[in-house]
Amino acid sequence: MEWLMMERWSPYIAGIGIGLLSWAAFLFSDKPLGCSTAYSRTSGMIERLFRGARVEAKPYYKKFAPSVDWEWMLVVGVFVGAFLSAKLSGQFQGQWVPTKWAATFGNTPFTRWIVALVGGTIMGIGARWAGGCTSGHGISGTLQLAVSSWLAVICFFIGGIATAMLIYNVLS
Amino acid sequence: MLKTLHEKQGIQLLFGLLMGIVFGFLLQKGGATKYDVIIGQLLLTDFTVVKIMLSAVVVGKIGVHFFRSLGMAQLHPKPGSVGSTVIGGLIFGVGFGILGYCPGTMVGAVGQGSLDALFGGISGMLIGAGIFSEIYPKLERSILNKGYFGELTWPQLLKKNHWAVIIPVAIGITALLFMIDKFA
Repeated sequence: MEWLMMERWSPYIAGIGIGLLSWAAFLFSDKPLGCSTAYSRTSGMIERLFRGARVEAKPYYKKFAPSVDWEWMLVVGVFVGAFLSAKLSGQFQGQWVPTKWAATFGNTPFTRWIVALVGGTIMGIGARWAGGCTSGHGISGTLQLAVSSWLAVICFFIGGIATAMLIYNVLS
Repeated sequence: MLKTLHEKQGIQLLFGLLMGIVFGFLLQKGGATKYDVIIGQLLLTDFTVVKIMLSAVVVGKIGVHFFRSLGMAQLHPKPGSVGSTVIGGLIFGVGFGILGYCPGTMVGAVGQGSLDALFGGISGMLIGAGIFSEIYPKLERSILNKGYFGELTWPQLLKKNHWAVIIPVAIGITALLFMIDKFA
């Protein structure tokens, strides 16, 4: 069982594993792996706490009801699985500022928090705008040979590479 | 038999959880839940993320289409349009580059203890999804359907048998991975 305690596996092993997992998802659940609708549903559930059931009448929540579904549970599972993996390899550790960020922009949690919050907000809008994320479009959609997903993942990386280069090579 | 299984809601929620656990475990072991690895990919200094994604796509594609030929699996390609896929994709990319996690790996990052992912990324993502639900009716009328092409797949577009696309693409991706491994 030593391999379960290793800090890193080859990216190819991880990738092949995710590929096999997608077989299981299509066969046993009739679902592609994906993560971003779970955020919409959660956001709807939070909104419902404050504004009540009329939230469910919003056109977007008619499409993606604010309730727990397969994909929502998948996202919970991702948290559990990553926790188990990190715990087994002894890597689990509370960290506010990632190493590479700290080396360039300093170790202040507040700066990193604000930047992550802004980045997350933009990504949240973009994921729902494009109808999927790096899992739903990037892996599940491209493996189905969907034109929309190939186009989406190319745009994810064009936007991501340009922004990361701007932040690290120009602003730093 | 599989169809009745798909309809059992309780079991499906459990399957979702179990498959998620495997997914999160693989993402963390592969290094994709780490900010340094993801931002390294976007700065083109670390190709871990692309290696994971492309090897998953090759393996996934062959199996899923094989099961589909046997009538055991169905495809669910997402519909697309220029207004939603391209513009949304670029907006996503900007957020992705600023945050340094994606929606799935971010949850995995929380699992390994990354607090910026929890308090920054996830909170932001929920705010973003909330904003989108607010502006959705307006966007739907104006921009999301511009250049709509629907649930189109490459084999349909090229009018070819799906294996005539899958096999060359699988070979192409494998060759690309060899090149990345050799030169990057």
